[in-house]
Amino acid sequence: MSKNITLRKGLDINLVGKAEAVVENLPMAKSYAVSPLDYENVTPKLLVKVGDKVEVGTALFFDKNNPRILFTSPVSGVVSAINRGQKRKLLSVAVEPDQQQTVKELAVVNPAKAERSEIVEMLLQSGLWTRIVERPYGVIANPDNQPKAIFVSAFDSAPLAPDYNFVLKEEKAAVECGMAVLARLTDGKVHLSARKGDEGYMSQVKGVEYHTFSGKHPVGNVGVQIHHIDRIAKGDVVWTVNVQDVALIGRLVLGGKLDMSKTIAVTGSEAQKPAYKRIISGAAVESIVGKVSNDVRIISGNVLTGRKTEADGYISADANQLTLIPEGNVYELLGWAMPRFHRFSVSRAYFSWLCPKKQYKLDTNLNGGERPFVVTGLYEKYLPMDVYVSYLLKAILVKDLDKMENLGIYEVLPEDLALCEFVDPSKIEMQQIVRDGINLMIKES
Amino acid sequence: MGLRKFVDKIKPTFSEGGKLSFLHSTFEGFETFLFVPNTTTAKGAHIRDCNDIKRVMIVVVLALIPTMLFGMYNVGYQAQLSGCPELADAGVMALFWYGFLKVLPTIIVSYVVGLGIEFTFAQKRKHEINEGFLVTGLLIPLVMPVSTPLWIVALSTAFAVIIGKEVFGGTGMNVFNPALLARAFAFFAYTPQMSGEKVWYTVDGQTGATALEQLSTYEAGAELPYSLSDAFFGFMPGSVGETSTCAILIGAAILLFTGVASWRIMLSVFVGGLAFGYLFDVAGMTEFPAYYHLLVGGFAFGAVFMATDPVTSAQTNTGKWIYGFMVGALAILIRVVNPAYPEGMMLSILFMNALAPLIDYFVVERNIARRKKLIKNVK
Repeated sequence: MSKNITLRKGLDINLVGKAEAVVENLPMAKSYAVSPLDYENVTPKLLVKVGDKVEVGTALFFDKNNPRILFTSPVSGVVSAINRGQKRKLLSVAVEPDQQQTVKELAVVNPAKAERSEIVEMLLQSGLWTRIVERPYGVIANPDNQPKAIFVSAFDSAPLAPDYNFVLKEEKAAVECGMAVLARLTDGKVHLSARKGDEGYMSQVKGVEYHTFSGKHPVGNVGVQIHHIDRIAKGDVVWTVNVQDVALIGRLVLGGKLDMSKTIAVTGSEAQKPAYKRIISGAAVESIVGKVSNDVRIISGNVLTGRKTEADGYISADANQLTLIPEGNVYELLGWAMPRFHRFSVSRAYFSWLCPKKQYKLDTNLNGGERPFVVTGLYEKYLPMDVYVSYLLKAILVKDLDKMENLGIYEVLPEDLALCEFVDPSKIEMQQIVRDGINLMIKES
Repeated sequence: MGLRKFVDKIKPTFSEGGKLSFLHSTFEGFETFLFVPNTTTAKGAHIRDCNDIKRVMIVVVLALIPTMLFGMYNVGYQAQLSGCPELADAGVMALFWYGFLKVLPTIIVSYVVGLGIEFTFAQKRKHEINEGFLVTGLLIPLVMPVSTPLWIVALSTAFAVIIGKEVFGGTGMNVFNPALLARAFAFFAYTPQMSGEKVWYTVDGQTGATALEQLSTYEAGAELPYSLSDAFFGFMPGSVGETSTCAILIGAAILLFTGVASWRIMLSVFVGGLAFGYLFDVAGMTEFPAYYHLLVGGFAFGAVFMATDPVTSAQTNTGKWIYGFMVGALAILIRVVNPAYPEGMMLSILFMNALAPLIDYFVVERNIARRKKLIKNVK
């Protein structure tokens, strides 16, 4: 067993609306959808049209950049809508489920005996391949690549994040089986990291390199864990998989068929009753949280990195959490000069340091205007990596590829800089900058 | 809210297409001063820390208030000491009031000229107005001798803002600390008006050397020009804000507690100054205790309010240690070794402002080297 890794940098933001530890099984939603926008750098090409009948696991579209990567339906039913935005950009493919759910036959193989290529093919056909993320860049893994290692974080440290030990309480066999599948995809190690003192059954999972971490968010971010376990150097390729998706893979192998149900946490100060819900991936948001007023922001994921989702939208494929917080589109008289006891700041120019245990109800106000980089030394306190944040960001802004590479673009994803973005008094859109930088690297490589 | 309604009502006049659209940035400046805007997060993190640059700057202004108030009092006190007849038996409040009236015009001139230029540039560039000058505008009067003619204050403020800041792209892009640049400009362009023994007094014909000037001719065994307590509390002539180490330390406490200024820089400036002061003491080049250096002249003021300017100082934590130490060390070096300039702090900080990017370059290079080493390990 490897030793515990303690991170001293980071921040836990205490918010109102933590999910209560009860799971409600939700009935079938009226509609489900798969969206290419939940992934980076996917150019979708449709395989179905409105009115087509699909089963669980039927491919709805594929990625033109890599036609082997299929995006499959989480439910059986009829394709009810193909939603497009400007320039006919594909937003989502919606499926209206039928009463009797039927599952597409798949060649499910035994991970212990099958060839690696057969395992890859099984995951590609099921659509679960899209749940494997490749670094650098945070894109869907290229099935032709051999990753140096695969990393799984068994906990999420983001604000109001679901507790995976609770979510996956009954799924030990599936998680173990999923890890065994991942072990076949790499010649290197499969790393599993749990939070020290809250390890659940993770320490018992066999065939993995087990690590424990302690510290504040972003300690649960797999990118941060990679940095402390086996840093990504230029030329390295590693894969990461969310632990709930590991269970989905395990369930496919154990049950012999695709089952896209999962447990998500409904959280946030505006959630009626924050709790866990059992849903099928891609469910309509309305089926999960009901009618929501316009003054509420619905986020697929957590408040730092999640996607803004409309009330008539769908939960993102990678989200294990829905967060509802108030919109902050109000003016605040002389706000910057006020004590602002109800707001949170890491700076002692405000007073939240007086009550470290207080839970805050924060809204989406930007709390200021965008300014050039002024403060220094602040960002590095919230990124437990050997990366100079403002230098990297400036290299991206001037599109200097060599500098970006030298300063660590391969090691970070936007989510890793989310806390820096949160604390920044200059309100610089860091996650977007990093995303733009990564896209530029992809384009130029 | 009535005020909000009024602002909303006049807003179209200043927006694009409105009659006064050429004042758009100015309007926006005042609007965001009155109201934190209703902008919500569009991308990235959905919630944001409530700290913004306005708050950061206002904390610095707050930290400057003790030195400003003491500086005003001291102007009156020094005038009384030098025998100004009207102040012969004035009380504390009267002395303060006397100084207040002397210093206030400088503050007004500095803010009006500086903000005027800032607003014009923001307008031309269609940018939002930056808050940086709120601090610079107060720093400039505090680093000038009290008798500096107002036209020199205006001219050096304009020079600092235009040449020191706006040509580089405005707040956040400048190389040199604008307030120090203003002082340096005044000092070198108008040396007769800015140096000598008269400038520290507000009454015609009165003179008196600052502690630094007296120290440059100090002989071993003689009495120190000002007692330790006078030097610490600031009862001596000097630029308005620089004399009272005590008031400066109150400001330092505010800056450090709120985390607005870097404790690494502040500490290392003092360490650097003390180390070199001690060195010269041991070498026999100075005959007074090393710590006396830190109390007199602009050393403490520079260490707390000038060297810590995040934009012009080193940006990496390692860089900050080196930068701070060298600021302190150089200041003492100039004081002791260069007879032409009794005050070394201004030049030392400006010089290190220029070197800070180089220090950071080497620190960042080490980070890059660590990253490149990973590649070798793999192969």
